[in-house]
Amino acid sequence: MSALVPAAPATQLAEARVARRETLRQLVRSKTLVSGVIIIAFWIFCAIFGYRVAPHDPLGLLYPQLNGMSSAHLFGTDQLGRDVFSRVLAGARDIMLIVPAATLLGIVGGTIIGLVTGYFRGFVDDAISRMVDAVLALPLIVIAVTVLVALGHSTGTLIVVIGLVFTPIVSRTVRAAVLAERQLDYVSASQLSGERAPYVMFVEILPNVMGPIIVEGTVRLGYAIFAVAGLTFLGFGVQPPSPDWALQIADNYQLLGTGTYWWTVLFPALAIVSLVVAVNLVADGLARVLER
Amino acid sequence: MTETATAPTLELRDLEVIYRVRGIDRQVLRGVSLTIGRGETYGLVGESGSGKSTAALAVVGYLPSNGRVRSGSIRVNGREVVGLKGSALRRLRANDLSMVYQNPGQALNPSIRVGEQVAEVFRTSGARPAEARERAQGALAKVQIADPGSVMGRYPHQLSGGMQQRVVIAMALANDPALLILDEPTTSLDATIEAEVLDLIQLLRSEFHSSVLFISHNLGVISKMCERVGVLYAGRLVEEGPVVTVLNEPRHPYTVGLLRCVPRGGARKDRGRLDTIPGFMPSIDEQLPACVFADRCAIAQEICRIEEPPMHQISPRHASRCHFHEKARDLPRATPRDLGQPLVVDRSTTPMLKVDALAKLFNQHGHTITALAGVSVAIWPGETLGLVGESGSGKTTFAQTLLGLVAPSRGSVELDGRALAPRLFQRTQDDIRVLQIVFQNPDSALNRRHSVRRILRRSLKKLAGITGKAADARLLNLTEAVRLAQRYLNVRPNQLSGGLKQRVAIARAFAGEPRLVICDEPTSSLDVSVQAAILNLLVELQAERKVAYLFISHDLGVVRYISDRIAVLYLGRLMELGPAAVVFGAPHHPYTEALLSAVPTIDGGGRDRIKLAGEIPSAAAPPSGCVFHTRCHRKVGKICEEVEPPLLEVESGHLMSCHIPIEELRRLQGEVKEVSTREAG
Repeated sequence: MSALVPAAPATQLAEARVARRETLRQLVRSKTLVSGVIIIAFWIFCAIFGYRVAPHDPLGLLYPQLNGMSSAHLFGTDQLGRDVFSRVLAGARDIMLIVPAATLLGIVGGTIIGLVTGYFRGFVDDAISRMVDAVLALPLIVIAVTVLVALGHSTGTLIVVIGLVFTPIVSRTVRAAVLAERQLDYVSASQLSGERAPYVMFVEILPNVMGPIIVEGTVRLGYAIFAVAGLTFLGFGVQPPSPDWALQIADNYQLLGTGTYWWTVLFPALAIVSLVVAVNLVADGLARVLER
Repeated sequence: MTETATAPTLELRDLEVIYRVRGIDRQVLRGVSLTIGRGETYGLVGESGSGKSTAALAVVGYLPSNGRVRSGSIRVNGREVVGLKGSALRRLRANDLSMVYQNPGQALNPSIRVGEQVAEVFRTSGARPAEARERAQGALAKVQIADPGSVMGRYPHQLSGGMQQRVVIAMALANDPALLILDEPTTSLDATIEAEVLDLIQLLRSEFHSSVLFISHNLGVISKMCERVGVLYAGRLVEEGPVVTVLNEPRHPYTVGLLRCVPRGGARKDRGRLDTIPGFMPSIDEQLPACVFADRCAIAQEICRIEEPPMHQISPRHASRCHFHEKARDLPRATPRDLGQPLVVDRSTTPMLKVDALAKLFNQHGHTITALAGVSVAIWPGETLGLVGESGSGKTTFAQTLLGLVAPSRGSVELDGRALAPRLFQRTQDDIRVLQIVFQNPDSALNRRHSVRRILRRSLKKLAGITGKAADARLLNLTEAVRLAQRYLNVRPNQLSGGLKQRVAIARAFAGEPRLVICDEPTSSLDVSVQAAILNLLVELQAERKVAYLFISHDLGVVRYISDRIAVLYLGRLMELGPAAVVFGAPHHPYTEALLSAVPTIDGGGRDRIKLAGEIPSAAAPPSGCVFHTRCHRKVGKICEEVEPPLLEVESGHLMSCHIPIEELRRLQGEVKEVSTREAG
């Protein structure tokens, strides 16, 4: 080309903008994603304002106990006479703090390990990956219970334990993505500019593996809900007198045998289910659009 | 069926194909009409985006789900196939059509044994299992697979690319189709393997009487294989005629431009620039003038934008869709030929880079693979050393070892007489700056998440140590040097065309005033018109900055154009090294001789093809003695099998590794040349 590369059509640039807007529009149009987001937004609202919007004090011992559903107590009352509806609303608080925090910890830790093992390969990869395999071989609950018993229960410990248990799982996904990305010439090109390993890993490679990381994150959120609920139910998680959903189930499930007081368990259980389903709806919606 | 007996095998009439993209119909084929007679081989040539593959997919009814035939007709053996569905379409594909794709590795099912896959074709046409297997073995023998019995039991990944393509061709010919569509069948293969596959196709054609639609971007291949050729541009057939006529007396400005872009006939950088075609191939959603080529045409006039040119009949068989077809041959050059002062390389000084006995061994599943077995070569400032060889010859390993991406097992690399550290992270920033690379695939070489500005500014910072305001100024210099318009700085690489991406990659390599740039097949993923522009750019940068190139390519025309000296690599060993003109002219190493004869040229004729026996041996178990003896057509005897010939200077500046004395080679190769020119004349 003699003097200058002639003008590319302006449409070419507009095209890219259209493509980005198209991605956004697909996200908004995705029914699964939008319904998931709405449910999660509702529970976030309850986590922040639950105690204030609840019609009754979620911890207040009222009378009558074990009352069925009525206009005064929409979801009835439990064996201590607490309003189940208020407790379901307020019960979002602990789980909605622990779950995202633990997931974030797992994602950050897993991403760092995944980048290091995928980028350096060789001995570093072998050593760390075998450790990861060892951790993965143990059931999540067993590790978590052991650590919680040793360190004592607190919200902070719970977050750290679940986060650490997630780290190796996330690191595998990230490592696989990094291995594929590392084959590309831009990584060599970056090294040939004299870039150091941390720059290549975090500035060059990381933005290109964000898609799988985001999807993995949403999937982990779902598992984190189960983990928190499961540990709490077993008595190793959130401690009384919190109105936490799993705690409510743990408090009342013995009553189920009588077949009479089902509302004390059903509504907190539905709350957990709705959150898990919502998170998975979002995960599916994101995966479908981001991993095309 | 009697009425169809005389009908042409394939007849396209005013075929219009559209793709629906984001709710808007975009036209991909614009009224294409062509006819392929019985037993004829028709070449369809055009650059990427011209619609050649779409034409093929429309014929076999495999258009993507957003594509459809808007109007026009496709007749196979006189029968309309547009609108065929279900079993009628399946019957058409089973009995009348076959298609061979570019990538044989993807065309075969990786988890089914080869024999079963080939036999399946016979079973669908009604053969019993045992009979199908027998016929499959026969079919494999027909495509000259040496040991069909054992190949039947293997999986596709256990076969080389050339063998895989033979298997695909065997499957395609199994139903003795009326029309065989070959879509870039040899593009992914090495030159020597390509030559064998092309020979095979020619041989089979005489046996099977199938008509062939041969799609390729390679004018040399088209020239070798086809009787007639159609030139496609932006979905419109712009010129059509006998291959010899179209390639030697083109009458459409696009064809003329395309032919001028190709470095051939011994074109060399010191004799002037390559010509180019201005502008870009229009994208799918662009509004085009009446003549689709008018925007890029130097002889276009007002009428070209208003009135669509008809297909002018130049001779009974040759037609051009140009208002000014008489003037097409005198199309003014888009790029002036003169290059200013040619760079004189002074080899009396110490070389800039000296590679001494460089070897690299890899360990793979317990086998030692010798990727490089002691390569010694020197590069002087401002010169281009071309590096050629088949895949597996060690070209890329050599480049990676120089750059420090892999550490050599033995040997050394010296820069200005000072040893370079083997690994990149042990080298000083200045040593890193001096040696740069332009990769083959610009898509993979640029980070798709970073803007062009970010990529280049970072390189300026790391390689030239320039930041802030000064970097902005240098950035403009740099983009100007690679002829990249400034507005592209703010976009991400995926919004650029292949040629523009490669310009960004070149700019990055030149950010820190490098002294040696390794060009690893920098134009092989580009169209010929873009390739010409990139080659011109590299030559201009070299003249301005006295940079040296190590130019790796399997395209011998390109290597010859840009190189001052050429090194020929085979199984990690240097077979020949010498000035470009000497290596390309006789006498040369028998391997070089075979490589050169394998390349189909646009002008056709010339050399007789030397058939290389078999494929490149495994580097895990290289042959004894001269590593080339297993395939050499000039093997003299026991000595070749037992003694590895040393690399000797046979004439001034010309090194060769062969037991045959140079005088003997001169005599032998001179004879061949005389014979072939006599035959041609």
